Amino acid sequence: MSVITTRRGLLTGLTALSLAAPALARTPSHVVVVGGGFGGVAVARALVRNGLAVTLVEPSPRYVTCPSSNAVIAGLMPISAITFDYEGVRRSGVSVVHDTVVAIEPDARRVALAGGQHLAYDRLVVSAGIGLRFDAIPGYDEAASATIPHAWKAGAQTALLARQLDAMEDGGLVALTVPALPYRCPPGPYERASLIAHYLKTRKPRSKVIILDAKDSFSKQPLFQSAWTKLYPDHLEWVPLAKGGRLEAVDPTARTLRAEAGLFRPAVLNMIPPQTAPALCRATGLTNVSGWCPVDPITFESTLRPGLHVIGDAAAAGAMPKSAFSAYTQAQVCAQAVTDLLAGRAPVEPRLINVCYSLAAPEYGFSISGVYQPEWDRLVTVPGSDGLSPEDAPPDVRMREAALGRAWYDGMMRALFG
Amino acid sequence: MTALATSGLILLAANRASAEPLAPGAASCLACHENRVGATTSGFPTLGTLSAQQIEAALAAYRSGRRDGTVMPRIAKGFSDIEARAIAESLARPEAAPR
Ligand SMILES: Cc1cc2nc3c(=O)[nH]c(=O)nc-3n(C[C@H](O)[C@H](O)[C@H](O)COP(=O)(O)OP(=O)(O)OC[C@H]3O[C@@H](n4cnc5c(N)ncnc54)[C@H](O)[C@@H]3O)c2cc1C
Ligand code: HEC
Repeated sequence: MSVITTRRGLLTGLTALSLAAPALARTPSHVVVVGGGFGGVAVARALVRNGLAVTLVEPSPRYVTCPSSNAVIAGLMPISAITFDYEGVRRSGVSVVHDTVVAIEPDARRVALAGGQHLAYDRLVVSAGIGLRFDAIPGYDEAASATIPHAWKAGAQTALLARQLDAMEDGGLVALTVPALPYRCPPGPYERASLIAHYLKTRKPRSKVIILDAKDSFSKQPLFQSAWTKLYPDHLEWVPLAKGGRLEAVDPTARTLRAEAGLFRPAVLNMIPPQTAPALCRATGLTNVSGWCPVDPITFESTLRPGLHVIGDAAAAGAMPKSAFSAYTQAQVCAQAVTDLLAGRAPVEPRLINVCYSLAAPEYGFSISGVYQPEWDRLVTVPGSDGLSPEDAPPDVRMREAALGRAWYDGMMRALFG
Repeated sequence: MTALATSGLILLAANRASAEPLAPGAASCLACHENRVGATTSGFPTLGTLSAQQIEAALAAYRSGRRDGTVMPRIAKGFSDIEARAIAESLARPEAAPR
């Protein structure tokens, strides 16, 4: 498929499929899904609802969600509250295989598993999340993350950061480093800093969290900053790029951090490294120079590798942010497109919504939202549809949005893992 | 095809055939709303109890600013009248798209 003329590429794919249609009508088509996170589980369940046979490959027997993990880090809920097994996914009719896909073989239309088996597919959907760049910050490699957590993939890393915060003596400095865009969950670091500040203010009031940022502006900035002024004047400090926020190096042994602003010796250090699509995507030729996977905005089919679809964080989805909400809505669109393509029908031009709720404190929530549509080869924001919660909202509205954020999470987790 | 893939195929028998696709955008609404009648929701109004006309009218009211809300005034601005009508018709049918 051509990189530029996606529309024509789509038609080529359709022609090939219509030729294969008589055979497909007899045998149900088989879709393999790589990754059992938000995008993967959502697409697998939607494809099963459409009558297709689906095998989902995910190494971990349990999924720990990044959404709500900042609340776990701040001691507001146990990690068990954000941990799910795959029994509900199996009950929905998805065949779940706990293994790792080590190679995708587009010519043979099969994937190779670490366990040695192969899985054949008619179409493949990849929702493998992100890869962390352990080569980007001098001193911060994978070994260093065993003592200096990133906690940007939830699970053991989340628990480690929560333990370090809990063990810290009052009076300590917590440092949080944030990369440039694009990365998973643009407002996530600021929600994390807010909830850590809330923890410090209520439990260790002589302590403080400092954000060292590689940017001068960030998602939901006016909402976070007005909350910080009100709630955490003594407990949170943001150091933007212009004030020396950019990192130079970290020494994992001495546990010191050098930024343009100076040398820091924090008691707790949380480093969010720059990110790319996961290694499997790079090895399969799904990524371009950006490090992410370009996709057709109607089908989420790779523009580089026909027959393979990419959704969720790994995809370069135009104006859509990398969020669980986006991964879910992309999964619905992709499932319908895969169903249509396998049936020899032309997929319909989609509309997608993203809404992300964030907390500045346990009962202080707000949202960012947007509606997206294809425009030639990318997804763009429908003009006028994007925006933030109002800056001057009264406390009861903040409380209501905090409750809606919890309602979204609970409903989503029931829909995916229930 | 390996044994693993075949086990997925057997399960297929239990699944119903392709449901009628939802109107563009409607699947995204279900990231928050339930549209099954009798669905228990905490927080988001259930759409399955509303008629297509009621959903369409609500979207128009949010879009024009006549009706207040947290996210709906913003979301409604992402859809034209025609798109909103198609979505309303998709979601008001209680049997459409169980989550
Ligand atoms: C702190 C934090 C807070 C967040 N809060 C929110 C929020 O409130 N709302 C929101 O919408 N989003 C939030 N996000 C973003 C959200 O977590 C991601 O956007 C979402 O998880 C993306 O889904 P995904 O399916 O692309 O990837 P993931 O959910 O990461 O799933 C990928 C899965 O693929 C598996 N995998 C990887 N490689 C392979 C392989 N080779 N073979 C088989 N399986 C493989 C992994 O094990 C993983 O389970 C947050 C993120 C963070 C870090
Ligand atoms: C992020 C979650 C979210 C999404 C996505 C969403 N809604 Fe809503 N919806 C709400 C909330 C919250 C309300 C209550 C009003 C408010 O606060 O904006 C609501 C209210 C409504 C109402 C009024 C219900 C009543 O009982 O009067 C309708 C109709 C509606 N939404 C339709 C839709 C449609 C159609 C879509 C998709 C185009 C959609 N919603 C997408 C959260 C959402």
